Amino acid sequence: MEVTDTWYLVLSALLFTIGAVGLLVRRNPLVMFMCVELMLNAVNITFVAFANALDDLAGQTAVFFVLVVAAAEVVVGLSIVVALMRRRPNATADDIAELRG
Amino acid sequence: MLEAVWLIPALPLAGFLTLIVFGRRLGEPFAGWLATSAVGASFLATLVVFVGLLNEQPEERFFLQRLFTWVPAGSFSVDVGFFVDPLAITMCLFITGVGTLIHLYSVGYMHGDPNFSKFFLYLNAFAASMLLLVLGDNLLLTFLGWEGVGACSYLLISFWFTDESNASAGKKAFVTNRIGDFGFMLATFAVFSQLGSIRYADVLTGQLSSGWATVIVLLFLLGAAGKSAQIPLFVWLPDAMAGPTPVSALIHAATMVTSGVYLLTRLNPVLAQADAWATGLIAWVGVITALVAALAAVVQNDIKKVLAYSTISQLGYLFLAVGVGGYIPAIFHMVTHAFFKALLFLGSGSVIHGLHDEQDMRRMGGLAKLLPITAGTFIIGWLAIAGVPPFSGFWSKDEILLAAWNHPSGGFVLWLLGLITALLTAFYMTRQVILTFFGRTRFFDPTQEEVDIAFAGLVGAAQAEVDKAEAALETARDAVDKAQIDVAKRQQAVNEAAETLSAAQAAVAASSPDADGYDKLVKAVDKADKAVPKAAGNLEKAQAKLVVAEAALSDAEAQVLVAIDAATAAAADTSRVPMVPQHVTAFSERVDVAEFADRLPDSYRSRQEYHPHESPWTMTVPLIALAGLAAVGGGLNLPFTHDLHFLGNWLEPSLFGNEAHGGAGAGTKWVLAIIAITIGLAGVVAAFAVYLRRKADPAVVENPRLGLAIDYDHALARFVGGPGTKLFDRVAWFDRTFIDGAVNGMASAVSGVGERLRVLQPGLIRNYALGISLGTGFVALWFLLRLWEVGS
Repeated sequence: MEVTDTWYLVLSALLFTIGAVGLLVRRNPLVMFMCVELMLNAVNITFVAFANALDDLAGQTAVFFVLVVAAAEVVVGLSIVVALMRRRPNATADDIAELRG
Repeated sequence: MLEAVWLIPALPLAGFLTLIVFGRRLGEPFAGWLATSAVGASFLATLVVFVGLLNEQPEERFFLQRLFTWVPAGSFSVDVGFFVDPLAITMCLFITGVGTLIHLYSVGYMHGDPNFSKFFLYLNAFAASMLLLVLGDNLLLTFLGWEGVGACSYLLISFWFTDESNASAGKKAFVTNRIGDFGFMLATFAVFSQLGSIRYADVLTGQLSSGWATVIVLLFLLGAAGKSAQIPLFVWLPDAMAGPTPVSALIHAATMVTSGVYLLTRLNPVLAQADAWATGLIAWVGVITALVAALAAVVQNDIKKVLAYSTISQLGYLFLAVGVGGYIPAIFHMVTHAFFKALLFLGSGSVIHGLHDEQDMRRMGGLAKLLPITAGTFIIGWLAIAGVPPFSGFWSKDEILLAAWNHPSGGFVLWLLGLITALLTAFYMTRQVILTFFGRTRFFDPTQEEVDIAFAGLVGAAQAEVDKAEAALETARDAVDKAQIDVAKRQQAVNEAAETLSAAQAAVAASSPDADGYDKLVKAVDKADKAVPKAAGNLEKAQAKLVVAEAALSDAEAQVLVAIDAATAAAADTSRVPMVPQHVTAFSERVDVAEFADRLPDSYRSRQEYHPHESPWTMTVPLIALAGLAAVGGGLNLPFTHDLHFLGNWLEPSLFGNEAHGGAGAGTKWVLAIIAITIGLAGVVAAFAVYLRRKADPAVVENPRLGLAIDYDHALARFVGGPGTKLFDRVAWFDRTFIDGAVNGMASAVSGVGERLRVLQPGLIRNYALGISLGTGFVALWFLLRLWEVGS
C-alpha cells in the first residue's frame, strides 16, 4: 500500500483537531500548551507534505520559521506557566481570569 | 550683533527660571540682585542690538530671527522668532532701562517682605513677557506676551493677597483685560482669514479691503483699550494701585499699559487702510479718556490714585496721537511718560515707605525737609508732566497737541480738549506736589478716627461720673435710713425712761418711808429721773444727725442730676468734636484736641514717636537716574530742525510713510507752543492759588461731580452685581446644560456601550480560543463557498 499525500493530510487534520479540541476542553495550562504545540506541528506536516507534492522548497522553509517561532514561544509560555504555578499551585486556566471585563 | 536679539527676552526668562528653583534659597537680598542683573544684562543686549541696527542703512533696519517652528498646522504655521525694527528696539530700550531701575528700587522697597524672592520672580517673568510682546515676529507670539504680562499684572496686583480688597483688585484687572483680549483674538482671526498669515512681515505689507481693515482696527482697539486702560475698560487701573508701588511704576505706568499703543503703532499700515472714522474713533476715545481721567484725578486724595488717573489720562494722549496719525509723538510721549511717570510713582513709593504706609495726601505736607531727595526728584517729575519747558513732558505733549491740531477732521476740537486736559494735568499735579511736600506737616495730626475715639472716651468719662454720683446717692439714702432708725430707737428709749420714772414714782407713792427698801425705791426714782434727760439728749442728737443725712441726700440727688445733664450734653454736643477737614490746603490748621488730648489712642501716640525718613540708596539712585531722564528726555526729539528729530528719523522706517505730516507752519507752531506753555503755567498758578495761597476753598474745587470716571466705575459695578449677574447666570446655565451636556453625554454614551460590551470579555482563555476557532471556521466556510461558486 502506497503512502500518498492524502495520508499525511489526514494525519495532520487529525492532529490539528486533537490539538484544537484539547485546547478547548482541558483546563491544565501545561496541557493546553502542549495542544497548541500539537496544532503547530500539524500545520508543519501539511507544509512538508505539500512541499514534497509540489516540489517547492518554500513550504519546508516555512516550517523552519514555524519551528523557530514555536521555540521562542515555548520559552516565554513555559516561563509564564512556571511563574504562575509557583504563585498559585494547581491553578487551572479558568482561574486565571484577571483580564475579565 | 543683531543675532543677539534672542538674549533680550531670554535673560529675564533665565532669571525667572533660576528664581523658581533657587529663589527661596537665595532669599533677601540676593534674589533681588539676581533679578536686577538679569534685566540689566537684557538692557545691555538691547544696546548691542540697537548699535547693530544703527550700523545698517535706515531702510534696511529690519531683522528677522527665526528660532523654531512652534505650531505647524497645514497652511497655518507659527514660528517662534523675533522681529527687530527701530520701533521694537525703542520699546525694548526703555522697558529694560526703566525696568532695571525699578528692579533696583524694589530691592529697597520690598525690604523685609516675607515673599521677597517671589516678588522678583514675578517681576522677571513680567519683563520676559513684555519683551516677548514687543519682539514677537507674529501676532500669536505678541498675544502670548500680552497674556503673560496680564497674568504677571494679576499676580503682582494681588501680591499681598491676604487682604481681600487686594485680591479682588487683581481679579478686576484680569477680568476687565479679558474683554480686551477677546478683541485681540478676534482681530487675529480676522487677519488670518484675510491674509492667510499672522506674521508681521506679511501683515505689514498685506493688502486688505478697507472694510476688513476697519473691522480689524476696531477689534484691536478693543484689545488696546483693555490693556491700556481706555474708555470703556479703564476701571481696573485705579484699583491696580493695590499692588506694591514698584509694580505700579513698572507695569501700570511705564510699560504694560503702553502695549496697546505699541500694538496700534506696530500695525500702522493696517490703520492706514482702514476707514478714516476708525482712526478718528481711536483719537476720540483717547481724548475723552484723557479728559475724564484728568477730572477724576483732581478729586483724589490717595497719592497713588492721583497718579493712576493721571496715567489713564496720559495714555489717552497717546491714543489721541495714534488716532490722528502722529505715531512719532505717541512713541515720544510714551518714552518720556515712562521716565516721568515711573519717577513719580517711585517717588510716591518713597513717600509711602518713609511715612510708614501712609497714602493719604491730606496727611502729608512739608515732606520736602524730611525727604529731600524724594522731593527734589518728584518736583522734576512734576515739572515734566505739567508741561513746563524744558522738561521732557513739554516737548512730547506739545507734539501730540500739534498733531491733533493738524488733523483734517475735528482737529481743533481734539486740540482744545487736549489743551483742557493739559490744564487739568498741571493743576492736579501741582496740587499733589503742594499737598505732599510743602506747607505744614500734617502727618502727626490726629486723624478723624482718633478724634472720634477720644471723644467717645470723653462721653464715657461723663457717664462714669453719673455712675459715681448715683452710687453716692445710694450711700446717702442708706445713711438717712440708718438715722431714721436711730431716731426711732432713741424715741423709744425716751418713752421707756419716762415709764420707768413714773413706775418708780408710783412705787414710792405706794410704799411708806418706813417700809423695807424704801431707800432703794427713792434711789431708783432718782436714777430714773436722771435717765430721762439723758435719753432726751440722745434723741436730740439723733434727730440732728437725721437732718444732716437728709441734707446730704438732697445734695447727692442734685449732683446726680448735674452729672446726668453733663453726660447728656457731652454725648449730644457733637459740635464739640473737632472735624478733621476733608479738603485741605498746604497750611490747613491742625484740629484742636486740647480738650481731650490725653484720650487720643495709641496709634496717635506711636505716630508722634515715628520719624519720617528718606529711603535707602537702592531707592534714591533710581529716583535720581529717572529724574535726569525726565529732565532731559525731550532732547530725543527736538522740533527745531529736521536733524534734531532724532527719534522721528529713527522710527521713520517702522512707519512706512504713514506718519501724518501736518500743514501747520513754523509761526503756527510757535503760537501753539506758547499757548500750551501758558495753559500749563495757568494750571500750576491756579493750584498754587488754591492750595498754597488759599484764595479759594478747596472744597469747591474738589467737587465730587468731577469724578465722572468714579461714577462710571460704580455704575458698572452695580450693573455687573445686579442685572449682569442674572444675565451671566443664564449663560452659565446654558454652558452647564448644553455645552457640558454634550461633552458629558458623549462620555456617558461611551461608558454605557462599554458596560454592555464587557460581557464579551470573560477573561477565560478557553472562551477566547473557542471564539477564534469559530471565527476560523466561518472564514474557512466562506472560502469554501467562494471556491464552490467560482468552480460552478
